[in-house]
Amino acid sequence: MPSSTSPERRTDAPAGGNTGAPLDPIQIRVRGLNKTFGPQHVLRGLDLDIDRGKINIVIGGSGQGKSVLMKHLMGLLKPDSGQIFVDGEDIVPLNDRQLGKLRRKFGMVFQYAALFDSQNVVENIAFPLIERYHLSREEIMTRVRDLLKRLDLAHVGGIEQKFPAELSGGQRKRVGLARALIDRPQILLYDEPTTGLDPVATKNVDDMILQASRDFGVTSVVISHDMASTFRIADKISMLYDGKILVTGTPAELLRSQHAPLREFIDMAGLSRGDGGAPKPNQEPRQ
Amino acid sequence: MAEASIDTTPRRRALAIGGLLGAPVRSIFGFFGDHTLMFIQAFAWLFRRPFRPRLFLEQMEFVGVGSLPIIILVGFFSGAVSAQQTIRALEIFGQEHYVGATVGLSLALELAPVFTALMITARAGSGMATELGSMRITEQIDALTTFAVNPTQYLITPRVVASIIMMPIMTMVFNIIGLFGAYLYSIYLKQIDVGAFLYYFRYMTDPSDYLQGGVKAAVFGAALSLAACYQGFNVRGGAKEVGLATTRAVVAGSVAVLVLDYFLSDMLATFFPYRS
Repeated sequence: MPSSTSPERRTDAPAGGNTGAPLDPIQIRVRGLNKTFGPQHVLRGLDLDIDRGKINIVIGGSGQGKSVLMKHLMGLLKPDSGQIFVDGEDIVPLNDRQLGKLRRKFGMVFQYAALFDSQNVVENIAFPLIERYHLSREEIMTRVRDLLKRLDLAHVGGIEQKFPAELSGGQRKRVGLARALIDRPQILLYDEPTTGLDPVATKNVDDMILQASRDFGVTSVVISHDMASTFRIADKISMLYDGKILVTGTPAELLRSQHAPLREFIDMAGLSRGDGGAPKPNQEPRQ
Repeated sequence: MAEASIDTTPRRRALAIGGLLGAPVRSIFGFFGDHTLMFIQAFAWLFRRPFRPRLFLEQMEFVGVGSLPIIILVGFFSGAVSAQQTIRALEIFGQEHYVGATVGLSLALELAPVFTALMITARAGSGMATELGSMRITEQIDALTTFAVNPTQYLITPRVVASIIMMPIMTMVFNIIGLFGAYLYSIYLKQIDVGAFLYYFRYMTDPSDYLQGGVKAAVFGAALSLAACYQGFNVRGGAKEVGLATTRAVVAGSVAVLVLDYFLSDMLATFFPYRS
């Protein structure tokens, strides 16, 4: 399995569970997931594999259950039936305390960053460290400043003391990413990261996701309905339709696919086979 | 067939009446049940690590110190107007020197805890509902969960505990300022004798009166903060719903204070019988 990232980079992760055995290339396996809300059957026996160290994008229309699926991956929702294996461990039967430990493997980047209004940038980014460990202030500041530098935020004047309301949309997303990365997660979940952004800001967020995947070696799971962005950055795309994964494959494979709902999605986004004007599918392994 | 209809008609009627009554009854029990559950959870999380004392101090500052100016202002004028009306009534019998005792007692037992609770509901309760509602719709509460932080422990427990602690303290401030207002009005505007004012105040009021007021205040603190946290925490939707939740928090908090006041007065009268 070709991998654009080296697993060795992850050995310093506090939540890492690997002890030197070859890593399973599939980090998350979802099998037969069912979820209903009242009369609404949202997920109908869904199966999905999330590749380790890759950018996995789940696309689908509004109301198809993308966010519900993401919340299941992190154990925020319990399925009616089905299994979710994270690094080989079924997380469905875990209790709250065990789920708390499991969530240390995850970082989540919210649609609108979800930064804490009452805390400044440093307090926001350091939040997971303050809550989980007894680290010295110097150690926390070193890690926060390192992340600010690596995510191109250090040059923003006085950023450390700024509050979320004083940041631009793009800066907020990067601070949100920094907060998700500070505890060195193995898996990063992005909830519709480009919704409501202009094309330039969308490109910046795409670059941010690529950078996080490349520099931090995380497994990325992106929930999106932005097709241009999806085909620009994805290693693997899965389409959620009618509560199941309709089709999974590389961007190139999906462009050749004949599934009607997918074709409609692709055509409506102005992407098509051999379309020179459309964003080029990311077919080569990224370094 | 006829037998069956005789048997089922009253049952059907009962079911229909039950169905009609069922929804509101379920709704009322659900409302109180949810609040009780939230209080139990908030209380249980108080004893679990991590303790985060900073959050408690921040909320105590918000509920207490932040409300101090309004409590002082309202307390002063409530005491003064209370003295004004009392003197008017007592003048009829030539007993206006009892004003210190009357105002002191009414402040300690009723006015200070109730007015303080209403002021804190309007200021801090609305603030809590708005803040939690905004946090809910901007996914900040979901973000807490993703960091394995329990939102009840992080957001609700400090607010409820801070309100329970600060309400009796703010009530005592209201008492002191209110009595000062009554004193100034009675002595300087109505020329009541200072000695008589203080003597009858000391003679008629007792530390147990202030204890009763303090107990009431603590219960009001729990009720108003729970109403605010419940409304804010359960917001679904957008900015409009946050506004509606804030309104509901203030209405529910105020109504809860006034209803509880009646039952608490009745109950406390059993524990603290009136002195003859």
